Amino acid sequence: MSEIKGIYALWYREMKVFMRERSRVISSIINPLLWLLIIGGGLGSAVSFGGINYQTFIYPGILIQTALFSSVFFGVYIVWDKKIDFMKEVLVAPMRRTSIFFGKILGGSTDTFLQLLILYGIGFAFMVTGIMPGLHLTVVSVLISLVILLITTIGLVSVGLIIGSQMESPEGFQLIISFLIFPLFFMSGALFPITNLPAWLAPFIFLNPVTYAVDGIRGVMLNISKFPLLMDVGVVCLFAVVMILIGTYAFKKMKI
Amino acid sequence: MNFMYVIETKKLTKKFDELVAVDNLNLQIKEGEIFGLLGPNGAGKTTTLLMLTTLKPPTSGTAIINSYDIVKQPDKVRKSIGIVFQDPSSDEILTGYENLKLHGWLYDMPSTLREERIKEVLELVDLTDRKDDRVKKYSGGMRRRMELARGLMHHPKILFLDEPTLGLDPQSRDVIWKYIEKLAKEKNMTIIITTHYMDEADKLCNRLAIIDRGKIVVLGSPKELKKELGGDIIRLKAENLDISGLKKLKYIKNISDCDGEICLTVTDASAHIQEILSTIGKVDSVEIRSPTLDDVFLHYTGRGMRQDTPEGSWAEKAMHASTKS
Repeated sequence: MSEIKGIYALWYREMKVFMRERSRVISSIINPLLWLLIIGGGLGSAVSFGGINYQTFIYPGILIQTALFSSVFFGVYIVWDKKIDFMKEVLVAPMRRTSIFFGKILGGSTDTFLQLLILYGIGFAFMVTGIMPGLHLTVVSVLISLVILLITTIGLVSVGLIIGSQMESPEGFQLIISFLIFPLFFMSGALFPITNLPAWLAPFIFLNPVTYAVDGIRGVMLNISKFPLLMDVGVVCLFAVVMILIGTYAFKKMKI
Repeated sequence: MNFMYVIETKKLTKKFDELVAVDNLNLQIKEGEIFGLLGPNGAGKTTTLLMLTTLKPPTSGTAIINSYDIVKQPDKVRKSIGIVFQDPSSDEILTGYENLKLHGWLYDMPSTLREERIKEVLELVDLTDRKDDRVKKYSGGMRRRMELARGLMHHPKILFLDEPTLGLDPQSRDVIWKYIEKLAKEKNMTIIITTHYMDEADKLCNRLAIIDRGKIVVLGSPKELKKELGGDIIRLKAENLDISGLKKLKYIKNISDCDGEICLTVTDASAHIQEILSTIGKVDSVEIRSPTLDDVFLHYTGRGMRQDTPEGSWAEKAMHASTKS
């Protein structure tokens, strides 16, 4: 009982913070819009894949991009909790470290999900107005893609939490963007098809779990996919489970 | 196992690489006691506190808190304790009330009790009017009071206070002290305080330990410690003081340098002042007083407490951070 209340407390805090930090909410809408309109529109004037315009093609990739940035950053943000003594206050409470970890995952996933829902709204508006033809946002495709996104998000929040729990100061933030988030994003097929890759690039892409999330979502939304849906979901699940396990361990070993 | 002690450390040791922060500490604290940990910067006070509150594992040795072992049963230890950290640990984006509510949840308090206690502690620290403001808008002193309110909220069996009144105005300090004394008495709560304020330690603590370089230098009640110094303090100010003559006088227990002046510890100072003055010659000023904890501290550590600022205070860190960025 006490563990559930504690998890709820951590989630409550994240929600309050999310709702009150307007800059985060605004940038979570503006950023994907810029990608869709400028990169999608600009490149789209010259490029299209399989009869689908580029804007529509990258929409699943942009969903993943939002999940990626929001989730990993959320996790790494606990460095800041450590810096002010909020983390100590939580760690000294009579709560298991595992529960703290799950409270954080719940908070981070909800954060990310709220941003994704806004993006779904944008996608729906673009689909209806004909800006993104060929996008199938049906009940089924929305539900399946949400499940894939949820599992991916949980895995990615865990990745952030693992890094954050081991980091001493926020100075490494920039490194994480350069060496983790950008490579994961660019090497996921979010911006290009993964059917005819150069031989040196292919292994990186196929080792990246984010690739399978993009592939799965693109499959249900655009009918373009390289792998079977079950395989995509399977890889994403495996990724999330492994990250949760490592994360639980990292939280137990976390020093302050 | 000795149930008389609510806290008992057994050769508690913490090493950071080569540095021994806490060195085979053996300490017993009784139930209901207000116990002070004093020491200069880097003496190992905060490290001791972090080990006792299970936030840092000891390198060797252990401690028994409320009959639970901090190494083997950290979960049970955490249920018995509360702590108010030196740095602010409230969330700035949340309001004061929300921070307290969060604390209530983390400590699994039933909702009616939680609301009752929130009301009680808010009144105590005089933040009732500001409870719905975000902590961001609080002044430094108000934040400090907020932290205290939170640490007190779940009435733990043992309460750790790391510099509880740092940065508070005299009135607020007085209110907090009275409340701490009341808690110890009425709830039989054991309270461990680290502090840099000697008057605070003197007024509050039943017993205190002065720690230096990870070891206990001296332990006792403030009264005992002052008495042990053996007499009164005579402070002399003069140019070209010649103290060689003073060394022959047997009733002078100790001669030390206090900020460029000479401090003498003398048994029965008023009877001997004439002889001291004639031995030493012309002086600019003389002050005779009974010893304070400051003198005790100076005597045992060779350093004045007032010259130090608390290590790593949050204000200092904040300044450091802002100059960096």
